[in-house]
Order: sequence, then C-alpha cells, then structure tokens
Amino acid sequence: MTTLDTASERVLSFEDVRIGFGQGDVLTGLTFSVAARETKVLIGESGTGKSLALKLAAGLLRPDSGSVQLLGRDVGQMSEQELLVFRGQIGFVFQEGALFDSLSVADNVAYRLREERVDDEEIEQRVRESLRFVEMEHAIDKLPSELSGGMRRRVSIARALVSRPPVVLYDSPTAGLDPVTSQTIITLILRLRDTQGVTSLLATHRLQDAFGLANYRFDGDTGRVVPAPHSTNGSRAAGAATNFVVLRGGKAYFEGSPQTIADSEDEYLQRFLL
Amino acid sequence: MEGLKQRIQHVQDYALLSLQSITNLFRPPYYLSDVLDQMDIIGVGSLPIVVLTGFFIGAVMVLQTAAQFVRFGQTALTADAVSLALVRELGPTITGLLVAGRNASGIASELGSMVVTEQVDAMRAMGTDPTRKLVTPRVIATVLMLPLLTAMADFSGLIGGFIVSSFTLRLGAIAFWTRAIKILVFSDLMQGLSKPLIFGFILSTVGCYQGLRVRGGTQGVGRATTQAVVASSVFILVANFFLTKVMLFLAGHVF
Repeated sequence: MTTLDTASERVLSFEDVRIGFGQGDVLTGLTFSVAARETKVLIGESGTGKSLALKLAAGLLRPDSGSVQLLGRDVGQMSEQELLVFRGQIGFVFQEGALFDSLSVADNVAYRLREERVDDEEIEQRVRESLRFVEMEHAIDKLPSELSGGMRRRVSIARALVSRPPVVLYDSPTAGLDPVTSQTIITLILRLRDTQGVTSLLATHRLQDAFGLANYRFDGDTGRVVPAPHSTNGSRAAGAATNFVVLRGGKAYFEGSPQTIADSEDEYLQRFLL
Repeated sequence: MEGLKQRIQHVQDYALLSLQSITNLFRPPYYLSDVLDQMDIIGVGSLPIVVLTGFFIGAVMVLQTAAQFVRFGQTALTADAVSLALVRELGPTITGLLVAGRNASGIASELGSMVVTEQVDAMRAMGTDPTRKLVTPRVIATVLMLPLLTAMADFSGLIGGFIVSSFTLRLGAIAFWTRAIKILVFSDLMQGLSKPLIFGFILSTVGCYQGLRVRGGTQGVGRATTQAVVASSVFILVANFFLTKVMLFLAGHVF
C-alpha cells in the first residue's frame, strides 16, 4: 500500500483530461488535484461530468487524452488486471448505492474481504465494525430490497470503508434523499473524514452538502458534529481542508476554498449559491 | 460507414469476451459456487420445459411419419425415424433454442440490470473481474448442462414417440425400443451430444455479451434481452448447419 509522507502530497490529480462518447467531449480538459487528507467537492449541474470524473479516478473509465494520477500511479495507463488489485486502495460509494441485490447486507459489506480471502472470523468482525460505524448493524441479515434509499447509501458507505482504503470517492451520495437523511449521510462522511483521515473526492449538485462538509467537523470525543474553526484563507484550520471544484463545460471553472466561492461575484458561481 | 464500423466493433467485442470466458479457466480466482448456482438455474430450471417439449416433439413425429410408413406396411420404421431425427437433429436444436429463449434472455436481463444499477462497476471497483465472476460461470454451466438437457429431451421424445405409436400403430414396447436403440450408431450420439456443447457456448456468450453492453436504462435491458434471444437462436441454427456438415464428414471418415 502506498504511504503518504506529507499532508500536502498530491493523492489524486487530473491533468487536461478529455473524454467523450460519440456526441462530443463531456470533459474537455479537466485539471485539478486533491492533496492527502483533503476533501475535494466536485460541484456542477447534471451532465457536467462529475460522475465521469469519479469513474476516471477509479480507473473504471479511461480518458481519451490527458492523465489521471492516483496514489502516484497513472490509472489511465494501467491494465485492467493491475487496476483490479490497485482498486483495493479506493473506496467507491455509487450514486444509488449499487448494492448487489441478490446478497444480504452482510455479504455485500463482506464482498471485498471475501475476494481478498480474509479469514471468516476477521470478516465477521470487520463487517460488524463497518456496519456499526454507519449505524446499520441491526440490518445485517436484510436484503437491499428491504432497505430504504438512505439505508442503502449507508450500507454502501460501510462496504466502501470495510477495507480501510486511504481514498474514498463519493458519487452524489445524497441525490434523491430527503433533507434529514441527506444530513445523516453527510454526518457519516464527516465522521469518516475526521476520525479516519481519508482523502476524498465527492461529487454533488447540492451546495448545502458541500458547505456542510466545509463548515462542520465531527468531534470524536463527544460524538457530535460541531462547527469547524476557520483559518484565514477560509478552509478548515485543523486537519484536512475541504475545497471545491466547480465544473462547467467539461472543465474546472473554479477551484478554491468555500469562502472564496461564497465571496465571489461571478454570475455562474452566484447561481449555485442562490 | 459508421454503422459498419460499429458492427465490426460488436463482432470484435463479442469475440474478445468469448475468448476471455475461456482463458479465465486457466487462471484463478475461480467461482465454483457461482458455477453450481448457474447449473441449478440453467440445468435444473430448464428441465421441465425441455422434457415436456421433447415429449411432444417425439409424439408429433410419430403422428406425421406413421401415415407414410403405413403405406409401405413398415410401421416399425417409425421408431427408427423418431430415434434418428431426435438424437441427431431435433433434440440438440430444439433444446438449444428452448434454453436460448429461457436462459440467454435471463442472462442478458440479469447482467443488463446489474449494468444499469452500476453493480458491475461496483464489482470492478471492489477488485473483481466481471468476466470471471459473471461470464465464465454462466458459460461453464450452460456448456455442461446443455448436453445433459439434450439427452433428457431425446429420452422424453422417445417416450412420447413410443406412447403415441403404441396407441395409434399398436407397436409393441420391445419392437419400438429395440429398433429405436439399434438404429443409433456411435457417430449419431457423438453428433447429438457434441452439438449442444457449441450451442451452450453460443447462447451463454451471446446472453452475457448483450447483457454487459446494455446502455440506456430499463429500455436498454429490454432491447438487450430481445437481441440476446434473436441473435443466439439465429447463431444456433446457422452453427447447426455447419456443424452437421462437419460431423457428417467426420462420421464418414473418422468414426
């Protein structure tokens, strides 16, 4: 497993990435990077390529041109066999959860560990630990079809973190959920970030989620979400920073701290704030 | 020109997937429990429909051929005709088409649904090669089960033929079964039981290919399901022609 020496080390970077599917490019030169322990929030309207960027980061798609570097490897140049092993270091939370509907919650969460031939006793322990983290231990024997949308996302988060990956990618984790459930999911993401120090890339079209991540932190001692102290540049002072990338026309239209976007007088960015 | 390029791309992708389903056999990981599950779904699940269809195919063959043999006073030849036609041609082909209708569609819709709900991507994201976990077990299971299903279809067809011939032609059990078995030679069985291996490979790979290339949500799944049945049925019939040609040649020169 790749170790991260400094907090400023780039864990993920996109360099002039282009990809399209017949009817013109969706991403037309996307460039941004994510530092170690940083949470980067990709914001954009539907169809701007947020999910594509996440799939490119995990090597599920290959860029037509440009490079995607993750943990020091160019994922666009790796073979599928290399990627299958490499993806052990990435947790991916899909938009609708993407749970295997023929497997129980326990089997879904245990899936990756079984593939890695971890022994049964450890699997049981880690599955329970992950489910406890997302407060879903009571549903361990249920099938995904018996769960609500929010519960499915929580199980999906448990499945992504069971192998303790250093990088987690979230594809619109709150899309289609009611505000209360959305808040539960954001709290979980905060908790994962602040208690386990993962680097994350999160795609969303909901700015309130993005600001929630930027302005709050999870206090491990009290077990509560509290307002985060702010440094002078507007990002969180303690621990990892949360920064935004706004996608427009297949490119990074804006990259910076939450404060900068809030203070911006740019018409397009203002549209997101309203 | 674009359409032609796309077609060639499909052929290439299908050929690669088919090849991969075989090369996966030579490298771990193996998913034995998935193979057994699929054998149950494809083999045991298809048994009733295959047995029932085989029975009535055998029965109707007697009705159709009996009238001709009666004209020559050779009603006992009905058993020969039913046996040869079932074992060499009808058994493998009808079973192949039935299982294509039932399982190529099932495989395509199952994998297609997994694609549109991102379960296949999730599998890849968790380090599993979908061709190993989803395709190879289905191909192995279908290739192993189709010859057995064909044997069952042949047998139930002969039973159907025997029942109808005993009622309509008053043909005795000993006369029917002796002729039905004696007319068969080794090359007939070779032909009848090796064709299903190829048919099984065709219908499972076509089903998997159509399922994994689904685009466009539930409508895409429906389209893939239909295409899987149509394409695998046509491929089976075309392959049957060439296989018969090859096997008749082999029967004359090798067996």
